[in-house]
Amino acid sequence: MHRFANPNRFMRLAGAVLPWSAGLTGLLLVAGLYLSFFVSPADYQQGETVRMMYIHVPSAWMGLLVYGVMAAASATALIWKHPLGDIIAKSAAPIGACFTFLALVTGSLWGKPMWGAWWVWDARLTSMLILFFLYLGHIALNHAFDDPVRGARAAAVLALVGVVNLPIIKFSVDWWNTLHQPSSVLRLDGPAIHPSMLAPLIVMALAFTAYFVSVLIIRIRGELLDRRLRVMQANRARQWQPEAAL
Amino acid sequence: MMTAFWLLVGRDLRLKLRHGGDSAMVLAFFVLGVALFPLGVGPETNILIRIGPGVIWVTALLASMLALDQLFRADYEDGNLELLVLGPLPLEAVVGAKALAHWLVAGFPLVVLAPLLALMLGIDAGAYPVLILAMALGTPVLTLIGAIGAALALGARQGGVLIALLVLPLYIPVLIFGVGAVDAAIDGLAVRPHLLILGGLFLFALVIGPWASAAALRQSLT
Repeated sequence: MHRFANPNRFMRLAGAVLPWSAGLTGLLLVAGLYLSFFVSPADYQQGETVRMMYIHVPSAWMGLLVYGVMAAASATALIWKHPLGDIIAKSAAPIGACFTFLALVTGSLWGKPMWGAWWVWDARLTSMLILFFLYLGHIALNHAFDDPVRGARAAAVLALVGVVNLPIIKFSVDWWNTLHQPSSVLRLDGPAIHPSMLAPLIVMALAFTAYFVSVLIIRIRGELLDRRLRVMQANRARQWQPEAAL
Repeated sequence: MMTAFWLLVGRDLRLKLRHGGDSAMVLAFFVLGVALFPLGVGPETNILIRIGPGVIWVTALLASMLALDQLFRADYEDGNLELLVLGPLPLEAVVGAKALAHWLVAGFPLVVLAPLLALMLGIDAGAYPVLILAMALGTPVLTLIGAIGAALALGARQGGVLIALLVLPLYIPVLIFGVGAVDAAIDGLAVRPHLLILGGLFLFALVIGPWASAAALRQSLT
């Protein structure tokens, strides 16, 4: 695990992976959008508005996945003191926040024609909103300290404390009487959704995942370069000689 | 070890009572905050009874957050926290002791005042025992989870607001079930499920609060 703690080695790996993940993102996105809009059938009840699902559901899945990645990275940082753990968590947080926000907004836009309301305070929506606030808190905590290492460690603890929200979100539709649709894909009895709708959904989810990997690599590289810059600035400050008194 | 625990509780209590400002501020905010709602919403009893439990709980939540900043800050700034970390008491027990002292000063008075404020909002007296019990279970959870936020934000700029941002999402279950218990008591429905879940949350916070706060404190002191 500590093999890629060396920044140079990680940058080389990241540089090699990035073109592939970016290309994959483009391909999958095009394929997914084509399948979503032109190939998959309209719902017998919801009509064409069901196509919101192909953006809303993958974004929600990504919001949860990214938080899981953040929590795992925070755990490696706290337990094994892996230097990349903090960097991965810090880089992933804004991406996860955006995915969660996208899920909330597309859900709201879908809810208005379907439920007649922009927002309801049911368990699934409320717990996703809590997830969004946890992301914001993580980002705020990371930037709240003058010493970035201190901020990263505090944010790591927060990420682990918030993990309890993930099972609550997943099972909220089973534990409470909610307006939101119950589990249709990840169930013990297998997916309850027709393959003609499941396939575009999976393709879009893979596209979003590839997008996440690409943007994460870009952000991690930016973070590593930022640290290198700070070290160089500190070295330069240390070498500065005051001019001899006139 | 228990003597050390109680010594710490006693010390924190004496310090907090000496600077009576903390407790007074929390109580004053609680009473004033709740008193503002009838003025803003209008005196119609139906509406006040409908929003009453929510108003009391949310204001109690915000009031208990006011004093959270003081939980570790004074000891952090004059170096006592490092001595406590090095001392014979495990850091989790230190957090527990400080949280207990904090609750006695900033949480328990809220529990005592709550029925009075419920009277002001026109809630029927039959609901008061449930209100007291629910708040007695809920306010320690607020203190324990607030301790996590206070420990995480130790030494940060804008500490107070940051604690609020961190801790409010984690408070929401307590709020939901606390209000649910009182609403059930007012409507004559089953109160036990809500109180049982509040009890579960209390036990959960009793374990997670000191443990996570201790981890956060260790990070802030290295």
